[in-house]
Amino acid sequence: MSQATAKNWDEFMEGIWKQNPTFVMILGMCPTLAVTVSAVNALSMGVSTALVLIASCGLVSMTRRFTPKEVRIAVYIVIIATFVTAVDYAIQAISLELYDALGAFIQLIVVNCIILGRAEAHAAKVSPMPAMINAAGMGVGFTIGLLSLGVVREIFGAGTLFGVSLFGASFQPWVVMVLPPGGFFVLGAWLLFFSTLERRKQRKQRNLAEATQNA
Amino acid sequence: MNSQAILPQTTPAAAMIRTLGLISAICGLIIVAAYQLTYDAVQENKRIAVERAVFKVVPAAKSIVEYAALPTGGVEKIGAGGSAPAGALKFYAGYDKDGGLAGIAAEGAAKGYADTVRVLFAYDLATSSISAFSVVAMRETPGIGDKILVDKEFLANFPLEAKVSADLKVLANAIVTVKHGTKTKPWEVDAISGATITSRAVGKAINDAAQALVPSVVPNLDKLKEKP
Repeated sequence: MSQATAKNWDEFMEGIWKQNPTFVMILGMCPTLAVTVSAVNALSMGVSTALVLIASCGLVSMTRRFTPKEVRIAVYIVIIATFVTAVDYAIQAISLELYDALGAFIQLIVVNCIILGRAEAHAAKVSPMPAMINAAGMGVGFTIGLLSLGVVREIFGAGTLFGVSLFGASFQPWVVMVLPPGGFFVLGAWLLFFSTLERRKQRKQRNLAEATQNA
Repeated sequence: MNSQAILPQTTPAAAMIRTLGLISAICGLIIVAAYQLTYDAVQENKRIAVERAVFKVVPAAKSIVEYAALPTGGVEKIGAGGSAPAGALKFYAGYDKDGGLAGIAAEGAAKGYADTVRVLFAYDLATSSISAFSVVAMRETPGIGDKILVDKEFLANFPLEAKVSADLKVLANAIVTVKHGTKTKPWEVDAISGATITSRAVGKAINDAAQALVPSVVPNLDKLKEKP
């Protein structure tokens, strides 16, 4: 049992760290740059994508045995489009303001490469449980990616976090942060941060290996 | 048998059609279920959004009724869930708590700097003027174009005169946006310096809609006075 739990945990954590869709695979950049002007937008976009990802991967995995490979792309797209439509209606029912803020990017989840990529590369090869766990990890990883951009851009560009004012009335917003170039700046900064971390880790491992060899 | 020996991996057409058909049927069911389950909530949200927008520009209003200003000059009540007839302009009559007419509001749109600027403006019948406006949707540059909502000098343009002409066909004076600091007439909109294009869009959106709305509404005031 504990071995199975550990395997599930690995499956889940893959999308959050080792294969993070935003910072490692650099997938789904279109919504990442476009809707992350505020933390709320980023969070709802991330959650919507995650829900579509989990449901689609579950259904793709359930139907994998009787899906001939010749028609698999059509099947994946129909499945993904279905869950995107359902999420689209759900968001309209929850809040029209949020729906307007996210705009066409809700419908564009259909062509989000993270989802089609996961369906093709993972869900079509494994049983529903691991497929959905992996999809959940990827979804959470993507949400974390969007939030890292959204939080930074909202703090600098509007002086607020989740709509709560942080610096008071005297704050002069750094407007470029909520414009498209701001998305690139913040994404670049985060990529720099993560690659520095990665390099430092590699150097440490190399030093350790050399030390043990010398010893 | 022979063909099978050459192409042992051929997928039968029936299997492909069966899979696609089955998947489409399942997906169809999911979509229809999602639509029906959310329909009431979505409609309610839309109604609240319209109401909230109208109450913002007509502060005295407590309830609204949707009307259509017909191109022939009349006004017609739109039933719940109905839409305005072709060529007609939809507007909202806001009624106060006693059921008296508090003001009317209509939507206008014009091309701004980045995309279409859609505004909702209130027309005050007592003073024949545009008393206020709000933005329904815009993608203008933050910090520049979106100043139309906060710039004190720009907001001082309202109330904006919009009297109907003697023959009840058009506005007596078309609403025009003029360069910052050159406003001389009560029907001119003083643009924000640096955001002229967005200011002009607001003026044009209001003018285009008011040209259609005001001449239809003014002769039919009696029909609108009491809440139906």
